[in-house]
Amino acid sequence: MKRRQFLAALPAAALAASGCVDQRSHSHAVYMLVDTSGTYAQEAGKAQVIINYLLGSLQPGDSLAVARVQSRSFSEKDIVAKATFDSRPSQENAQKRAFRERIENSFRAVSGSRYTDITGGLIQGAEFLNETGAGSKTIIIFSDMQEELDKVTQRDFPISLKGVRVVAVNVVKLKTDNIDPRKYMGRLEAWQKRVETAGAREWRVINNLDRLDAILARG
Amino acid sequence: MSSQAWMIWPDNFAVSFLVVAVLAMAFMYAARTPMHGLLRSVGHAVGGPLRMGARWLLAAAAEVQARNKAVLLAHGKHEVGQRVEREFERLGVIVQRELQGYPALQRKLLDEITRIEEDYKKCGEVPPPPPEWTEAVAAVANVKTGGNELVLRVLEEIKRSITSIHDKTLADYRRSYERRHKILESFMPFWRSVDKNLVQVEQNMARLQANVRTVDAHMAIYEQINEGTDKAQHALTVSGFTQFATSLLVMCVAAGGAFINFKLIALPMSEMVGAGDYITQSLRTSEVAALVIIFVEASMGLFLLEALRITHLFPRIANLNDRLRTRMLWIALTLLVILAGVEAALALMRDMLISDKQALLQSLSTVQPQAHDGWMSSIPTAGQMLLGFILPFALAFIAIPLESVIHSGRTVGGVFVLALLRSLAFLLRVLGSLARQMSRVLIKLYDVFIVVPLMAERLWKGSRSERSSKLDVDVDLERTHA
Repeated sequence: MKRRQFLAALPAAALAASGCVDQRSHSHAVYMLVDTSGTYAQEAGKAQVIINYLLGSLQPGDSLAVARVQSRSFSEKDIVAKATFDSRPSQENAQKRAFRERIENSFRAVSGSRYTDITGGLIQGAEFLNETGAGSKTIIIFSDMQEELDKVTQRDFPISLKGVRVVAVNVVKLKTDNIDPRKYMGRLEAWQKRVETAGAREWRVINNLDRLDAILARG
Repeated sequence: MSSQAWMIWPDNFAVSFLVVAVLAMAFMYAARTPMHGLLRSVGHAVGGPLRMGARWLLAAAAEVQARNKAVLLAHGKHEVGQRVEREFERLGVIVQRELQGYPALQRKLLDEITRIEEDYKKCGEVPPPPPEWTEAVAAVANVKTGGNELVLRVLEEIKRSITSIHDKTLADYRRSYERRHKILESFMPFWRSVDKNLVQVEQNMARLQANVRTVDAHMAIYEQINEGTDKAQHALTVSGFTQFATSLLVMCVAAGGAFINFKLIALPMSEMVGAGDYITQSLRTSEVAALVIIFVEASMGLFLLEALRITHLFPRIANLNDRLRTRMLWIALTLLVILAGVEAALALMRDMLISDKQALLQSLSTVQPQAHDGWMSSIPTAGQMLLGFILPFALAFIAIPLESVIHSGRTVGGVFVLALLRSLAFLLRVLGSLARQMSRVLIKLYDVFIVVPLMAERLWKGSRSERSSKLDVDVDLERTHA
């Protein structure tokens, strides 16, 4: 197979030798945080729809990781599934099928966590995305954006999300938000400020799941 | 700086303007001659180089035209020469095919004519006349019997004999005529054969004559080209433009074919070289690899047609000996067939990849896959494979319009360069003339500004000349008196 690849890549290699090849990475890496705390665990079905959309949209060479937001989310153990899709389309399709099966199995019995550590998940996601070396990096937060930490967990320090797009999806309104909508607005504004201070390239909120194409808008 | 700085009396615009105008007029009047000279020089300085440039461009255009003509005529001569050569070859084949049988045909015709002559002579043979003794018998018949029985018996006997002889002679005549009729009847096939042979000869001659006329027409063009007449040049230029447009059209069609070909193999190529590498922001390596394969196919087609001596873009290939050329032909054809096979396989792989992707997307969107009719769904697959195999061969023929574009492009390009040079020369000439005319206009305009002192000068000069003429008259009078 390697020999075949080499033979086919000879013309491209000639171009690369002449300095024509674009050395920048054109791959896309996506890290999706799925909130499974409290009542939001019921929304797991919608999360699967988004993951399926991502599987259908990501190209060969792109990376995708799906992680749960738990009481403490800065851990690799929270990553449910991750894959860097093969550059060969046939292998890529097989990988996507396997990924979907893994996700289905994981979300079959979702147990809600007591606390919601979104910041930990963001730090973990940024770490994963930077490791992929992708040209375009996106963190999708499938959550109500209500962070709840235990007393021991420390998250009130500056984080780095340099060059990362952060997209909050399906940010449902809580009962308290319905009473005072300013809480909802304030919560989103606070997250926007935090994300932008961390150096994120973009902050976006998508509540209409029919407009998922905006998730992967490549800059 | 204030806009009123020039005013000598800031409160009085009119007086200030008047004073400044008078001062300016005085200064301009004093500087009139050098200013005229300066304006004239500027006009010459700008117009001269422009006119020079125009002259140079016209000379260059003439040179380009001469070179275009030489190239065009040489190319035309080569083309018509080849055509004449081909016509002669065709003529040679006709002469060899049709006229090589002429001795046999002539012999056959002569034999048939000889036979017809012999038969004709046979027809001319008449049966022998009745024996002369019949006259004696006639004399005896005139003898008067006078009732003599013996005489009567003798005469009866003579009559019987003569009657039997007459019947026999008549039968001989009939037989003779019957034989001659048979001979005449046997003429017919020979006549027909002679007629057929002569018609064939006439047709051959007419074909030969038509070919000779074509050769004559080509030779007339060749002579015109050889003489380098404007008519020949014009005809060749028009032909060049037509050829260029036609070839370009065919090239566009071929480009469409190449695009379809590219679409067929771009996706499966990513299976080989990967889909994640990019040459530029939006151009994938797999797409470039697909393009390269298409170009390689076109190149192989080019070499194939060169080896077949259909195109002549590479003189080195045309000059190869027949053995090497044939070897090259087979190599190019083999590579082309292999590439066509690879393309057919890639087209199949494309179909499989798309089906797989479609199945994945359907499973992701939880949509039930549509049921496909077995043989109906295989039609696009077969069509893609067929296209993948055929298109490389179709693309191979791109070498013919390519050669045509290259050759006629020289003519078309030459004509455009010539037009450009002439247009530029015209523009420079116009600009040069404009610069000169502008300097003249400025000189006149300068004089318009100082019209008052000029009028004063003219008046002063007029009175002075009047006085001097009066003085001259007085002097003359004095001389006269003296």
